[in-house]
Formats: sequence, structure tokens, C-alpha cells
Amino acid sequence: MPDAETAIQLDRVSRQYTMGGATIRAVNDVSLSIARNEFLALLGSSGSGKSTLLNLIAGLDRPTSGSIMAQGQNLAELTSIELARYRCNTIGMIFQSFNLLPRMTLEENIELPLRLAEVDRGERPGRVREALERVRLTHRLGHRPTELSGGEQQRVAIARALVNRPKILLADEPTGNLDSTTGEAILSLLRDVQRQLGMTIVMVTHERPLAERYADRLAIMGDGRLLTASEPAREDAR
Amino acid sequence: MKPRDLTDLAFRNLREAILRNALTTLGVAVGVASLVAMLSLGVGLQELASKRLSQSGLFDTIFVTPKNNFRGMGRPQREVETDKPARTLDEDARKEIEKLPNVIEVYPQVRFFTEVRFNNKPFATVVAGMPESSRNSGSFDGMQGNFFSSPTANEAILQIEFAKDLSEQPASLIGQDLVLRYAERQALPANDDSSAPSGEPSGGFSVVPKELRLKIVGIVETEPAAGYGGYGNARLLMPLSTASTLRAAQVNDLRDIVRDNTANKTTYPSLSVRAKSPSQVETLEASIKSMGFAAFSLLDASKSLRTFFSVFDLLLGIFGSLALAVATLGIVNTLVMAILERRREIGVLKALGAADSDVQQLFFVEAGVMGLFGGFFGVLFGWLLGRAITFGTNVYLKRQNLNPIELSSVPWWLVIAAIVFAILVSLAAGLYPASRAAKLNPVDALRYE
Repeated sequence: MPDAETAIQLDRVSRQYTMGGATIRAVNDVSLSIARNEFLALLGSSGSGKSTLLNLIAGLDRPTSGSIMAQGQNLAELTSIELARYRCNTIGMIFQSFNLLPRMTLEENIELPLRLAEVDRGERPGRVREALERVRLTHRLGHRPTELSGGEQQRVAIARALVNRPKILLADEPTGNLDSTTGEAILSLLRDVQRQLGMTIVMVTHERPLAERYADRLAIMGDGRLLTASEPAREDAR
Repeated sequence: MKPRDLTDLAFRNLREAILRNALTTLGVAVGVASLVAMLSLGVGLQELASKRLSQSGLFDTIFVTPKNNFRGMGRPQREVETDKPARTLDEDARKEIEKLPNVIEVYPQVRFFTEVRFNNKPFATVVAGMPESSRNSGSFDGMQGNFFSSPTANEAILQIEFAKDLSEQPASLIGQDLVLRYAERQALPANDDSSAPSGEPSGGFSVVPKELRLKIVGIVETEPAAGYGGYGNARLLMPLSTASTLRAAQVNDLRDIVRDNTANKTTYPSLSVRAKSPSQVETLEASIKSMGFAAFSLLDASKSLRTFFSVFDLLLGIFGSLALAVATLGIVNTLVMAILERRREIGVLKALGAADSDVQQLFFVEAGVMGLFGGFFGVLFGWLLGRAITFGTNVYLKRQNLNPIELSSVPWWLVIAAIVFAILVSLAAGLYPASRAAKLNPVDALRYE
């Protein structure tokens, strides 16, 4: 049973696909506990199942077996509408390719989760500005994503992920499309945000040195299985 | 998502692919335009027919005759016999009918067969008296010349065929005089023969030939209420008051003289009763029948006319809808393309917390907006098309020396119904794409490049 200090609890989670008659176990019997305010880096080679596991935690996909508890909610028991609400209010997501909508300005991109969460119109501009301030991009409010550098785009994506004040931030290869300096700046920003807002971060990456420098703990996956994971670093231990 | 946010996003999405969405909307507009143009022609024709018929005075008029009139002979009796005894259709009866509710006017049918002399040549014809109210009924719209200058003027309006008999150039007749020769009925003094039993009928009347000079003031295509009343088409029309003062011998005079002692009293072969509207004709007809007269109206004919136009409109609507059906496929195609293009965007929306229903509604609203604009512009194009057809038809009619007509009509109910129909059809077209977008797996969608 997850205790009050546990943000995410995976219990024997498996996800398998059937492709051309063959069964592929993308995630195979993974159990993992992630503490509140922990920055966990999920490492592994391509096809090791780390992104699949992240999608399961995000509620974008459902496990074939096992259970996932996130912020006290059993994701297996949620309906698709409840799962959408969970994605909207409990988690924020950032991606390797930023996934900003090119047709919208930064302001509109960041406002999107607020629209989905049905936040009052009057409250939105303040929330958008606050999120942009956190990533230091207030001056680019009316710009479109294509007018920004990769690093700036990722910072906007972080602002968008934070605007609904989620408890958990899930990052799928956030530095994958960035040069090393910019990548470091992004991870530094994530680390600051985590500390300031008291968030749990799960980051999928294949860049071990960066992960070691910024994450509290590393979990390594291979062939869908969790190979090694050290004990969660508790708040008082940091 | 709140409706306003949904609409904002839908409009934004439509603006982004403006050319494609505008073309799709244009497709819907063309479909709606064809539907509206077809139906506007149907409605226009119906209004035209109804107007012509109501101008003819047939649908708001009840024709009253004494029971067992000559014209009933050999014809099936339409009205159910009442217990009331048959009454004479005299001046008292006319006043009594005039007092009934919803009656505009009651006027006698003055119609007699006689001879007209023009350029010293005789022409046999039927003369009819026209009440003053027919001036504004529209029956004489588009006539050559003018309506009678006054209700008692010695003037005549000729039916075009009769005018052609009189002159090869009918228009030149206007302003010329003709002579009406008729038989005047003069009452004889009461029989003072002492040998006659007391209570015998009066002395009857004599018939005296008379002449009246009439000025031709106009030429009309057809006589309003042509032939109704059983005496054939009148080819010379004159003011009813003038016609009444002639006391010309009419068909029923002989019958009256042999039947009773009312020869000195004015009796009418028939009376025309005009109701305020066709809807009051039925009750009025029943009231008149209960007074002991025979009454007849053409309401049944009006009902079958409405049925005919309903079927006609339905057929036009079906043909018009074919273009809209093609436009519907355009909407499906556009939205399916949009799903392919916006696959990644749908994935992002879902990752950010959009429920399947949010995505579905977004596509639905986009389809609905295309329907709304398509419907609006379709009505506009349809109206313009109807005007163009009316214009073309009127150019043709003018060349044929015929009066212009209002061929198409776009009433408010058609405007609203067409827009609502366009929206509903577009929503139906958006049903499949919207559900496909909603079912999109977000993991696959995010992976899509």
C-alpha cells in the first residue's frame, strides 16, 4: 500500500501488444514507488519500455495487468473522462519534440490546458503570465512557436505543463532535441521548478550523465523490465 | 470544455485552413442555394396561383341562388337540404345576408345576353356588372387603359378576345364609344280586371328595347370569376350600379313572373357574398344555407390546390437536396483530411487533458459552423438565383407582350428552415469524422510525424 509520501506506486505493471500474431511485452511486470517531490530519471536504451511506462503513468494508455496509483487515484478504476481530468489537473507533460501547436501564439498554447480545465476566463491571463515568468519568457507572449529557438520552445512547453499547477510532471526525453548546453539549462529549470513548487518529476532520458547530475534517483529499464532502482530519496534525506 | 472555448477553437481551426474550409463551405452554400432556389420557385408559383385565384374572387366568395334555381337542373345537388322553405332572393334577403358576421359585401350578379353595336355592326355578347370593390382586388392589374372612373359611369371594359372582334388593333378602341342594346324590363300596373279572382298575381312586366352609349376605358385579359354563375364568360364589363339601373331582362325574370306575385319587387338570379377571408367562407356558407338559400363556394378546389403544391414543393425539395447531398460528402472529406493533418494536435490535446467528447465536440462545432455559413450564403445565392430566373422569365414575357410575374419567393420560414437544415446536414456529415477523431489513440497520435 502506498503511504502518504508516495506520489506514484506501480505494482506489477505490464503492457503487452499483439503485432502480426506475436505478443510484445513493452512493459513487463514493473513495480516501482516514486516519492512525493522526487525527481526520478527513467533510463534505458531505445525500445526498453521507458516511454511506454511514462504513457501508462500519464493515463494516455492503460496497463494490460497490474495497478498504478498516482496521487491516491487508482488509474485502472478511472473512466476515460476521469482519466482525462486526471491528465488535466494532476499531471503535466513535456515531450522531446515540444508539441506546441504552431498555429497558436505562446499565450494561446499555454492557455490551452486552462481552457480544458474550464478555468474562468478572467483568471487565465494571470495564470499564463505566471507560468511564463517561471520560464522567463514573458516578453515572447505574442510570438508563435516557430519564432523561438528549441530551448525556448521547450521552456514554453514547461510553462504549459505547469499552468494547471499539477502535482506530477512527466517529461519524455525533454533534452533529446536540444544541444547539451540548452539541455542542461532545461534540466536546471526543471530542478528549480520541482524545488519551488514541490512537484514530483518522472523524466525519461537516455543521457545518463545529465540524469545523474539533476535527478534524485535513477531507474534503469531494459527489455520492458526494471533492471535497477535505488530506494526513493526521501525529503529529509536530501 | 466550455461552449465558448469550443467555438473559439473551432473558428481558429477553420481560419487556419481557410481556403479548404471556404471551398467546403461554398459547396454547402451551392447545395443550399439549389434547394432554396427550387423551393422559392415552388413557393413563388404557389403564391402566384393563389394570388390569381384569390384575385378572381373565387375563394372568398359565396354564390347564393334561390333554391331550385334553373341552374340546378340536371346537376347534382351539392348542399344538404335543410328544413327551411325556399325563399326568394330579393332585396330583403340581400340586406339580411349583408348583416351576417364577416361579410364584406353582397352584390347581385347582373349578367345578361345582349347586342353591342360598334361602327354600325352588331356583336352579340354577355354583359356583366363589376362591383366597385373589384377595382382594388388586383383582378384588373396589368390591364390596358383604366378601371371605371366612377361606380356609375357609362363606361365599358372589354375582354381582349371581344376587343379583337371589334377591331384588329384592340388598343385603339380605348376612348371610343360603343352602343349597348338591351331589353329593359318595365313593370306593368297591377291587374285591375274585375273578372280576375282576388289575390291574383300582379300584371307582370313588359320588355322595351333600349340603348346606352358606353365609353371604352380599358381592355382586360380575362373576366374575373369567368363564367361562374352559369351564364358563360362576360365579354363586356360595366360598373355594377350602371348595369343595375338598366333593369335589363334577365334569365330568371320569366320564372319569377309565373311563380308568384313579386314581379314588382327586385329579385336577383344570384348574389355574390364576399367574406373577409377564405377561412370564414365555410361558416358563412352554412349560415346562408340555413336561411333557405342555395350556396356554393370553391373552397374544395383551393384545398386540392394546396395538396398539389405540397407534393410539387416536395419534389422540388428532393431535386434541390441532391446538390446538398454532394456538399455533405465535401464536409466529410474536409473533416477526414483535417483529422489526418491534425492527428498530432489531437494527441497533444488529449495529453493536456481533453476528453474524447471534447475532441468530438470540436469537430462537430467545426462542421456546424461550416453548415451555418454555408446555409447563410446558400440562402443568399438561392435568393439571387430566384431573382435571376424571375428576371429572365420576365424578359421573355415582355417580349411576348405578357405581364411580368413574381416567379420566386423566399419567405422567412424558408430562410430559417434552409439554415437550420444546412446546420443539421453538416452535423450529420461531421458525425463520422468527429467520432473517428475522438477515438484516436493519443499515444499513436503523439508518435505521428
